[in-house]
Amino acid sequence: MAPLFEARGLHLRFGDRVVLEDVSLAFPAGTLSGIMGPNGAGKTTCFNVLTGRYRPDRGQVLFGGRDITGMAPHRIARLGIARSFQLMNLFDEFSVFENVAVALPATRRRVADPVGRAYGEPATVAAAMAVLERVGLADRADQPAKSLPYGARRALEIAVALASDPQLLFLDEPTAGLGSDGRARLAELIRALKRHVTIVVIEHDMDFLFGLADEISVIHWGQVIARGTPAELKANPWVMASKLGDGA
Amino acid sequence: MPDTARAHLVRTFTPTMLLTWAVLATLPFWVERVGLYQYLAVEVLIWATYALAFNLVLGHAGLPSFGHGAFFGIGAYAFGLAQFNIAANLWVCLAAALLAAGMAGALVGLFISHRRGIYFALMTIAFGQVFWFIAVKAHAITGGEDGLLRIVRLPVELGVAAIPLEDNLSLYYGVLAVFVLVSLGLWRLVHSPFGRVVKAIKQNEQRARFIGYDVWKAKFAVIVLSAALSGLAGGLFAMAQRSAFPDVMSLHFSGYIVMMTLVGGGLVSFWGPVAGVVAFLLARDLIGAVTTGWMLWFGMLFVVLVMFRPDGLAGIAAGLRAAIAPPPRAGGG
Repeated sequence: MAPLFEARGLHLRFGDRVVLEDVSLAFPAGTLSGIMGPNGAGKTTCFNVLTGRYRPDRGQVLFGGRDITGMAPHRIARLGIARSFQLMNLFDEFSVFENVAVALPATRRRVADPVGRAYGEPATVAAAMAVLERVGLADRADQPAKSLPYGARRALEIAVALASDPQLLFLDEPTAGLGSDGRARLAELIRALKRHVTIVVIEHDMDFLFGLADEISVIHWGQVIARGTPAELKANPWVMASKLGDGA
Repeated sequence: MPDTARAHLVRTFTPTMLLTWAVLATLPFWVERVGLYQYLAVEVLIWATYALAFNLVLGHAGLPSFGHGAFFGIGAYAFGLAQFNIAANLWVCLAAALLAAGMAGALVGLFISHRRGIYFALMTIAFGQVFWFIAVKAHAITGGEDGLLRIVRLPVELGVAAIPLEDNLSLYYGVLAVFVLVSLGLWRLVHSPFGRVVKAIKQNEQRARFIGYDVWKAKFAVIVLSAALSGLAGGLFAMAQRSAFPDVMSLHFSGYIVMMTLVGGGLVSFWGPVAGVVAFLLARDLIGAVTTGWMLWFGMLFVVLVMFRPDGLAGIAAGLRAAIAPPPRAGGG
């Protein structure tokens, strides 16, 4: 079966610095894939190319067999690809509820409606609450997003991406800044989501990814240097010796 | 859960809205008793309409425009030119004001809808100056510095009857009808799906894009709409003044609308700009009666406000309300 999402031979340079070199990735539907690598290896840049923020100099990005290379981010999002951000990227003046509600497909379909009530339909409210329920934020729905504690903001970051009901969800360093408690809870959440949506997670925390991913690609110096199941990578002495992602 | 649903349901009419309308509806009956005059009331309404339209861009979309006077002025000229060249009919002239300013807004919007912050502001200044310059120089069309004179206060044609708007009192109620419609329409807009998406874009353009919104289109639509409604206010202004001059298009006047809106608290409140307009025009007349340098004093007030209360009069009012009686729950005002 063809993978849901595929990148072929991506090249990208900023000035004379090559940041991605012949990167090819494939994410089959229903799996959780990891992208691992040390800081500055090009993981986030790779994400930005995959989700339309940057256009690659060469190479192709395919989603469901369709070429989406260089497509504007809002078009890619509408096709069913959502992403979260490493640095938190919320609507701070909105309540928790509205952060999710504004991202719902139901709201998006009505964007050209200048007179109707936003979130007026019970179905819209229910859909937003269902997303908040999934990430454990339902009881904080009415709080302003900016008043949330850090871990809850991380969860909301994922909730906003989930709200658009994506087929494919990219999570960029979801554990950034979280303590071990927060990490455990987040791993739980991602594991629960895994059954419903295809997920790609960038991480430099090896243990976190090893516990979750079906397959992991290791990126270093802008190249995919290894690929395999967690077990395979663990058996790869070279990957282990390099202590990839061991931030310390 | 129904709690959340209710908190996000916005009522069509709110106490603040009805209070604002009621005060404005009774204004002609007491404006002279407090030592002011009828024409000031007309001016307040027109500028209040303009300020609400302007705040769509500044407060709701977070786009700092310093060239909005151009749209107000284009509306004024279009009103006069339509009256002389197309038909001396109120509906035709107001439609011309709305359309001409909206088209100017679309032209400007094509060039600035992808801009943000200081770049957006600089571009609006540049475009504002271009339109002002054209108004001054295109003597054959606009009358240049002499302006467009002999504009008539047209009656409201209702088919069977026509209501004259010649005197200030009847004109006032004509303008009030427009103000009520525009404010109601904008209130609905701000709380509509489109309005919420605009608010989202104001807070975080990048995230809005990644959840599937065409940021450019939304900004463009806001600019065109704000320009068109500013032009409508400009058309009413031409009627009130019985003339149209280039001065309202100058950088000066474009700055006034920014001041009015910020002093009133347009960044945090829908109705704030109306309060700002009242404060500005009262300062002009009351301080202006004592000294020609009234702008010096109002300018200092503006500086103090921006430094200590950037949320303006609306913020002060909210602070007072909270001090008197802590609200049980934040409303939709």
